[in-house]
Amino acid sequence: MATIDYTIPGEPDLETVDININVGPQHPATHGVFRMVLTVDGELVTDVDPVIGYMHRGNEKLPENCDYRQVIGYHDRTDYLAQFNTEHCFVEAIEKLTGITPTERSEYIRVILAELNRITSHLMFIGAFGTDVGIFGTSFMYAFRDREYVQDFFEEITGERMMYNYFRPGGVAWDVPDNFRERCTQVLDHINSGLKDLEGLIVDNEVVLARCRGLSRVSIEDAINWGLSGPLLRATGLEYDLRKAEPYSIYDRFDFDIPTGKAGDVYDRVLIRLDEMKQSVRIVEQALAGMPDGPIMAEGMKRILRVPEGEIYMRVEGPRGEYGVYIVATGTDKPYRHKVRGASFSNLSALRAMSIGNYLSDVIIILGSIDIVLCEVDR
Amino acid sequence: MLGILKALKTTLRAAMRKPVTVQYPTEKKELPHRSRGLPVLLWDFEKDEPFCTGCQVCARYCPVDCITVTMKDNPKKAAGKSKRKKIVDQFYLDYARCMRCDICVEVCNFDAIVMNNTWEGVELSTYDRQDLVLDTDALLKQSRTGQLKDPFREPMGVAHSGWSPKVEEEEEAEETKASEEGGEG
Repeated sequence: MATIDYTIPGEPDLETVDININVGPQHPATHGVFRMVLTVDGELVTDVDPVIGYMHRGNEKLPENCDYRQVIGYHDRTDYLAQFNTEHCFVEAIEKLTGITPTERSEYIRVILAELNRITSHLMFIGAFGTDVGIFGTSFMYAFRDREYVQDFFEEITGERMMYNYFRPGGVAWDVPDNFRERCTQVLDHINSGLKDLEGLIVDNEVVLARCRGLSRVSIEDAINWGLSGPLLRATGLEYDLRKAEPYSIYDRFDFDIPTGKAGDVYDRVLIRLDEMKQSVRIVEQALAGMPDGPIMAEGMKRILRVPEGEIYMRVEGPRGEYGVYIVATGTDKPYRHKVRGASFSNLSALRAMSIGNYLSDVIIILGSIDIVLCEVDR
Repeated sequence: MLGILKALKTTLRAAMRKPVTVQYPTEKKELPHRSRGLPVLLWDFEKDEPFCTGCQVCARYCPVDCITVTMKDNPKKAAGKSKRKKIVDQFYLDYARCMRCDICVEVCNFDAIVMNNTWEGVELSTYDRQDLVLDTDALLKQSRTGQLKDPFREPMGVAHSGWSPKVEEEEEAEETKASEEGGEG
């Protein structure tokens, strides 16, 4: 980290006192119950002490007393903006442990829903980020208009708006409605037009440019050392996406690009998310074209799923980065150990290094650009 | 400056179109058929009794333990009006704890419980938490009065989602096993 020159040219050296400022835990800019103890010297932030744990609900321990089907519901609640992605991770882990092969159709349904979920999550980010930057409300309303549309679509399929509990080891809980294709195409059209609106609002906006460009630059080496993943890592220029690097499910069948940034600054992180949404639309279009008919559940599934002895670490590319599940199974219907690797947690650990030396108001933007979900951080 | 104008163009275009929002308490969007409200019990109009036999499978599989069920001998079986040997005696469902995961619907062998897909299934604000613990009559009210017209179940029931229902023999075997275990304990 570069040392900061605190002397103001042309002014005599004055004795200054550092002040501690508490941001949060109940503060709209912290995106949840997150607390930052900022030490400021004038307007410059000299130290950041993130305090987490306000949202701790024992989401890793609870599933150890639940059978495998019940755990799926708790996975929705670890990352409440990317529920399908988290469910996907968990059911893939169980499938790999037990050797169940999910049916073709269910794989396509999963990928479509997970990619649409990535879009809703990024829309949420763009909306909330606009509020952080200072375009208060406008981008939020636009992003939410489109997000709502996708959310309605999810409700038509799963019945729920947030906690879907839809994926199952071996397939999905029930088949999609008959008008799935038409509705999905409508949703994609809606997203495409919505993305144009959002780009018009954000990409060339002078307020966003002035505040975000060049802010909190991260090099590739630093990003790797800090354990960043997802859009934060790709913003530095490293082309690393688990969907390509370690294809899970059926992602190897689709043709899509990994958007990368150049500078690794906050502006790149926003652009990357906008680009990623377009790539997700591409994947959904391809998946929709290739979706076969057929059963949605693997054959021979027992009423009670007993997972054979073994352990597995399964990871997927969530909207925020690498979401992983580590499961130790002992042959019963409950996991013996259940560990979640939240992308937000690892990304948040870089907050201190990223924000020292920046202005107080910029720290809010930096925190916003990490796109944390506190449920995933504290679990 | 150009960027600001571009953004203004976007917002101005929005002024021309109709609002996408709905004035909620007075106007309501139509809920999709699969909408998952809080669970309710179904009423068997043919036999004039609930479908639920009080087998407690939902209570066992509920991740948040919000269901309490007891079972009794069916008086209508003795009278020869019904085939059900057992019938639900008390069914308590704590709506304040329910997380609407749909597992109770999935595991139910008798298609007795469904998620409420009407607005009554989600608009439940009360001043007292105790009011959210519903008993058998309150849970059956929706279905009995005909408000719950077309509840969603997967087309082929639980078998479709792979968690196939037990055949009767298997269930009886388990029941006897359970009673033996209970006797030992």
